[in-house]
Amino acid sequence: MKRRTFLGGTIAVTTLGLTSGAGAQQAPIKIGMSMALTGGLAGGGKASLLGTEIWRDDINARGGLLGRKVELVVYDDKSSASETPAIYSKLLDVDKVDLLFGPYATVPTAPIMPLVKQRGMVLIGNFAFQVNSKVGHDMWFNVAPWGPADSWAASFLDLGQKAGGKTVALLAADQEFAQNLALTARDVAKKMNMPIVFDQSYPPTTVEFSGILRALNAAKPDIVYVASYPPDSAGILRAVNEIGVGDNVKIFGGGMVGLQFGAVMENLGSLLNGVVNYNSWLPEPTMFFDGTKAFFETYSKRAPEAKVDPLGYYLAPFGFASGQLIEQAVKAAGSLDQKAIAKYLRENTHQTIVGPIAFSADGERKENATLQAQFRGIVDKNMDQFRKSGKQVILYPAKLKSGELITPFEAARN
Amino acid sequence: MNRGGTTFWIGAILFLAAAFAMTQLIGNQYPFFACYVILQFIVLAIAWNVLGGYAGYVNFGTSAFFGVGVYTAVFLFKSIGAPLVVQIAAAAIVGALMGFALGLLTLRMQGIFFSIATIALTIVIETAITNWRYVGGAAGIQMQQPAPMAPFTSYVQMLFFVQALLVVLAVAISRYIQNSWIGRGLQALKDDELAAECTGVPTLRLKLLACVISGALMCAAGAPAAMYLQYADPSSAFNLNYSVSVLAMSLIGGTAHWAGPIIGAILLGATQQLLTVTISSEVNVLILGVMLVLFVVGAPEGIIGLIRKARGNRGEGEA
Amino acid sequence: MFSLDLLQDALVSGVLLGCFYAAVSLGLSLSFGLLDVPNVAHPAFLVMASYGVFYLNDKFGVDPLLAGLLITPLLFVFGLVAYRLYYETFEKRGSDAGVRGIAFFFGIAFIIEVLLILQFGVDQQSVTASYIGKAWRIAGMRIPYRLLVAFAVAAGLTILLTLYLSKTFMGRAIRAVAQDQEALRLMGADPIRIKQWAFGISTAVLGISGALLIIVAPVNPTLDRSYIGRTFCVVVMAGLGSMSGTLVTAIILGVVEAVVLTMFGASWAPAISFAMLLGVLAVRPQGLFGRRS
Repeated sequence: MKRRTFLGGTIAVTTLGLTSGAGAQQAPIKIGMSMALTGGLAGGGKASLLGTEIWRDDINARGGLLGRKVELVVYDDKSSASETPAIYSKLLDVDKVDLLFGPYATVPTAPIMPLVKQRGMVLIGNFAFQVNSKVGHDMWFNVAPWGPADSWAASFLDLGQKAGGKTVALLAADQEFAQNLALTARDVAKKMNMPIVFDQSYPPTTVEFSGILRALNAAKPDIVYVASYPPDSAGILRAVNEIGVGDNVKIFGGGMVGLQFGAVMENLGSLLNGVVNYNSWLPEPTMFFDGTKAFFETYSKRAPEAKVDPLGYYLAPFGFASGQLIEQAVKAAGSLDQKAIAKYLRENTHQTIVGPIAFSADGERKENATLQAQFRGIVDKNMDQFRKSGKQVILYPAKLKSGELITPFEAARN
Repeated sequence: MNRGGTTFWIGAILFLAAAFAMTQLIGNQYPFFACYVILQFIVLAIAWNVLGGYAGYVNFGTSAFFGVGVYTAVFLFKSIGAPLVVQIAAAAIVGALMGFALGLLTLRMQGIFFSIATIALTIVIETAITNWRYVGGAAGIQMQQPAPMAPFTSYVQMLFFVQALLVVLAVAISRYIQNSWIGRGLQALKDDELAAECTGVPTLRLKLLACVISGALMCAAGAPAAMYLQYADPSSAFNLNYSVSVLAMSLIGGTAHWAGPIIGAILLGATQQLLTVTISSEVNVLILGVMLVLFVVGAPEGIIGLIRKARGNRGEGEA
Repeated sequence: MFSLDLLQDALVSGVLLGCFYAAVSLGLSLSFGLLDVPNVAHPAFLVMASYGVFYLNDKFGVDPLLAGLLITPLLFVFGLVAYRLYYETFEKRGSDAGVRGIAFFFGIAFIIEVLLILQFGVDQQSVTASYIGKAWRIAGMRIPYRLLVAFAVAAGLTILLTLYLSKTFMGRAIRAVAQDQEALRLMGADPIRIKQWAFGISTAVLGISGALLIIVAPVNPTLDRSYIGRTFCVVVMAGLGSMSGTLVTAIILGVVEAVVLTMFGASWAPAISFAMLLGVLAVRPQGLFGRRS
């Protein structure tokens, strides 16, 4: 143990010696992260990275952080859990990065949590879901709007109950994120005294959903909570359009991944109408904060060249906001001291382009800011319509609300 | 012990000594993370080759064995907090049983039919694990490494050394098989199973033995991955990439000699690790495809074949 | 939750789903079933064809089925070239073509995947046509038109291929080469050219199968991975080389999947079909409609 510290000390001293010897120019601040640039999560990962890159260019244009340039060190994790431990070890031990951002989504993030905790590094989480609940790292701060674990399902079921719904159907993909959502939905439904009349998971390779939907319809639920992934989200909505879901359904959707991405929404077009689904940011009047508009102007310009989602609402502004969080914390701490940065992040409310962010003890948002929004008046094959307000009306949270729920589901589809 | 054997064991001991020295001298953790992955692929490739290379039964279900190894470890860790050694030993036993079952399949099917049966097996097992809530099901499960055992100061260094031990074990077994009557028997049944049977080669026993050994080694190689990642989910643990990478490694290295899979695994594994931290794009996936095609077309006997040819040419032409 | 209505629904959607499985497996039944080419890149070719259809539909508004027909000749030529390459490198050299052949096609599949990603991106793509997104109402049921298209295409393709293989000279030659290559050579025919022709047909069929794939559900570049198991499952279970057997087996699979889904839940559906495959392989290795013992 002692020898290790001694060795580490000498290495630190030599690197310090080298950097100070290099001249007046100070070394850049390195921020390390892995990102899904290939594989299933790449669509979101690339957009998220562009958001962070816009922040980096922005802060460097403003003279950098603590007077030093900011540099991103990014490696591709192939959307997989098996790559990230080695990548974050490289970032920490070889690249010697000063700060860490998390990878996009839960699966690649989960394996690095113990490592990052052990090294005592601040980690800005990027849309992972409840990865810290078992690890308990007190320097984890998730930029995602999730909030407390059950608040997500609660907001949707609450909307359904207010619309007169009494029974719930759960349809979830057999994959980690969807299963976690279904898990909390079961608890919440129990608490709210709403019987679950249909509860099924389907394998991720399912191509055809009309059979599943018929079985669901036979249970005659009032509220249909769907937790699905991009390929199946499209399949489910198609089947809904063809088979119908019955007049008793008050509200449909909730946790469908994919309906946040421009290409998917453009493809689905009018099939989206009436669906109430979660989101993180939408171009509604209630969602513009200091710098939001400027960010999306830059993003729209750079998106075609970077070949990413032309809209980029779901992840990109949060990539930028991650940067803002770290910027404010480092400035307040006046150094790169991880403990001081964590303390500042934990104790303050931070103004970002996605609104004010405050963290609770587990590093998730204090308040659930996950939007539930209803698609309205969508036409086929038109990307630009989604840039207008009123196309996805925010029903929840109350602070950000921009309209009322249209119910039942069948009535909202036209 | 003959001269070749002595050299081999001296080499093995030197390798382990070097691996152990690394864990004691190098403070930087990254080499262990990266090398662990490569060592894991070496064991998998050797294990695959026992059945695929020597016996000619192509197993597409490497990921099934790997995943079962991972989940055996997860189950034991969650239920009784079993230490790493127990996890690996249990995984090897489960793998051996699975291998035995697979071996029984070879009774009825050969060639591509066997390969397809292994794909089917993978999907059936993955579905079962996905629906098994206790080990996390589809939602995955997070675990925390316990404190490392002395003399190791970090868990990943310990895992690295354990995987190095598994490599030595795997190589020793595969080398023994190749040089013994088992290897000759397997070679005979690979060339012509019916003829081998007729000349008195106990084909069924040999096939079962090869399946059991191969399965046990694959599961054993998978078990430490649970603690390495401290996380497991079915779609990562049963990823098709394990099956294809391992197949590619063996073929690129050469299946006729025990050293082939090692060379292939080091070459391909190191390339992948390197590309992850350099190019970081689709090109990474492309490399696997292109290398696979180039080798099976250009060098059907793999790198081992190329080396032999080079030696042969220097000597007496075809001899 | 059992009811007769649900069972009826399950049967109907099972048959339709089975037809869809048949339509994407028929090409493989020809290349793997009759020619013994371990074409694990078949699903990758299929997805590639879907992207061709997507391109024509998206850029020029061509109907997906018509687009599938338009790219058929291209795919035929592609198949001729692919087989020639495979033959020169593997079959001609003889021994141990199996392992390397599989690896070769795996490599090709990976390369296609990456090329599709580079060209079209990782996002899923779909096509538009008047029959997508609507349903036919009959006897209290609503049946999606796109599945009816699958039904029609599967039936049509099966009949066409069966007729071709039994009535035409070339078709008979293909079946002959599958049974005894040497005999054919003695009769003065070139078995390699016949096999090449047959392989060309097996990929040409993918034009229309690929159109169907993207009509039934959106596609993405890595979709081929989930179809490797499914298509081989159908072909092997059917017994090699029987076109009508392929259709019947696919329908059985579809129905079993749909019934399991309705009665026990969707999450067990894939395990059931592959467990069936294992069962069939263990009991009757030549498949349900196999041609040899």
